[in-house]
Amino acid sequence: MNKNSKCIPIVFEGEAPLIQPVDLDSFREHNRHKSKSLINKTMTEEEAIDRFVKDGDYLGFELYGTVRCPVSLTRALVRSGKKDFRVAGQGVYELDLLFARDMVREIDFTYIGLEVYGVSQLLRRRVESGSVTNIVEWSNACLTWRFKAASMGVPFVPTRCMLGTDTLRKSSAKVIECPFTGKKVALLPALVLDVGFIHVNRADIHGNCQIDGISGFAFEMARACKHLIISTEQIVKTEEIREHPDRTIIPYYLVDAVVHAPYGSWPGEMNGLYERDETHYKMFIEKQQSPDATDEYMKEWVLDIPDHKSLIEKIGTQRLKEISLKEVLL
Amino acid sequence: MTNQYSPSELLICLASRVMEDGTTAFIGTGIPMLAASLAQNMHAPNLIPIFEFGGTGAILEKLPLAVGDMRTYNKAIAASGICDIMETAQRGFVEFGFLGGAQIDCYGNLNSTVIGDHKNPKVRLPGSGGANDVGSCCWRTIAIMRHDKRRFIEKIDFITTPGYLSGPGAREEAGLPANTGPYRVVTNLCVMGYDDHTKRMKLLSLNPGVSMENVIENTGFELLMADEITANKPPTPEELRILRQQVDPDGLYR
Repeated sequence: MNKNSKCIPIVFEGEAPLIQPVDLDSFREHNRHKSKSLINKTMTEEEAIDRFVKDGDYLGFELYGTVRCPVSLTRALVRSGKKDFRVAGQGVYELDLLFARDMVREIDFTYIGLEVYGVSQLLRRRVESGSVTNIVEWSNACLTWRFKAASMGVPFVPTRCMLGTDTLRKSSAKVIECPFTGKKVALLPALVLDVGFIHVNRADIHGNCQIDGISGFAFEMARACKHLIISTEQIVKTEEIREHPDRTIIPYYLVDAVVHAPYGSWPGEMNGLYERDETHYKMFIEKQQSPDATDEYMKEWVLDIPDHKSLIEKIGTQRLKEISLKEVLL
Repeated sequence: MTNQYSPSELLICLASRVMEDGTTAFIGTGIPMLAASLAQNMHAPNLIPIFEFGGTGAILEKLPLAVGDMRTYNKAIAASGICDIMETAQRGFVEFGFLGGAQIDCYGNLNSTVIGDHKNPKVRLPGSGGANDVGSCCWRTIAIMRHDKRRFIEKIDFITTPGYLSGPGAREEAGLPANTGPYRVVTNLCVMGYDDHTKRMKLLSLNPGVSMENVIENTGFELLMADEITANKPPTPEELRILRQQVDPDGLYR
């Protein structure tokens, strides 16, 4: 470190430009004008997508694998025909649905795949054909810490991850020598989403949300969104939220829309309520192997289904009962 | 109960034996989950499995299918979120971390991002996920790999996850936490470690029925040899019994 210098030199820069510029003052301004009133924000998936999502937006979906994934919202988004999205890519099934309709142009990428079932063929087709034009690499922790920086309202957080790798080289992180220790740290730029989608166990009509079990990156991402659309297994009275305020992960003022979506994570699973529909999921993986079969799947399970209620009817109570761990109120 | 075993069962047993009791292990999808569960039932009842989306200290009675499913916090001591877990690793609380990948080099660097050029890839792979974080922050990492010349290569297409990077001192020079790095590579042919001075991969022990030549033939770089190459014991009847009856009764990984 140059002891005489007053500025901290950047010793390494990731090659990728920022997909979403860091502008925390406009984020603060946006947050200042967000309603703090306890108003009723319930609406359908379609209304929420219509009101808060526009072409070219930067979107994020909170989930872990196929767990607690906002799929009813994703289906409505696919049906809306909106396009050219930039996305934060920690995804399994929901991003595959967007790839199937070629709705994604740029990705801040950490993991997109089928976990134990391997590589996503939909991702491969879109990336290898060049219809996704820009991929910026990150790790899971680093992408979440980017949300955390936005959540803290600061432009970056330092980390000791990603250093020395091509993941760093193909990211938009910058490396400095720490002014306190002299050791290198990577700086992760804050990431503010235009629209975030999170599925929760319960919420009230104002958007106070509680999640059972592990909470993934819901806490951080909810605080890093200009608009936040919540889908929930259950709408509860505000008194119920107030009885256990320690369980509230997302307070109402972060939220723009509350959508009642029982089995909203199907064919994925939901903590404590239902398990993954393995039969359907395996069928989807089979269908995604070819473009034609993918189109058939999309038509049958997404495009030709007008809304989430119709999907629930199509799956049928028998199948829903088989995957449920306890009764889910429809 | 037969003592015949499958290649996956051998891998699971070898990985399980590496884990120590009373410590923490960052567990990824697949074989590490079975290995951790087997270890809890054999020699390491106080092994604390850590799953990246928030599960700490689960009792692995039922095999998790993914790193965020309900079984990753079955009777756990805590169910938090990804920040808590990754920050716990970054401040030095996680001893072992499991990794995998499409390619590995002699320094244990791993590729799970892309085959070919990043901009115009031949195959786009799923990406880092938590792997880079595990490889950066856990004290000792264990890679589980299928052993062949396409995977064990001189120069990998993309360093997703840091091993020893370009050799001795390179991790520290890059800014990675001191005294961390690759510890073992467990494959269908053998178990390897790393040379203390050169940080290059070194053959330690051979799986039943595998010769040193088999390993060399299937490795695309020069492999160092331990002074004494030992033999890995096949799965014991006890290990197989627990694996088949308790850990994976549905035979998903047989």
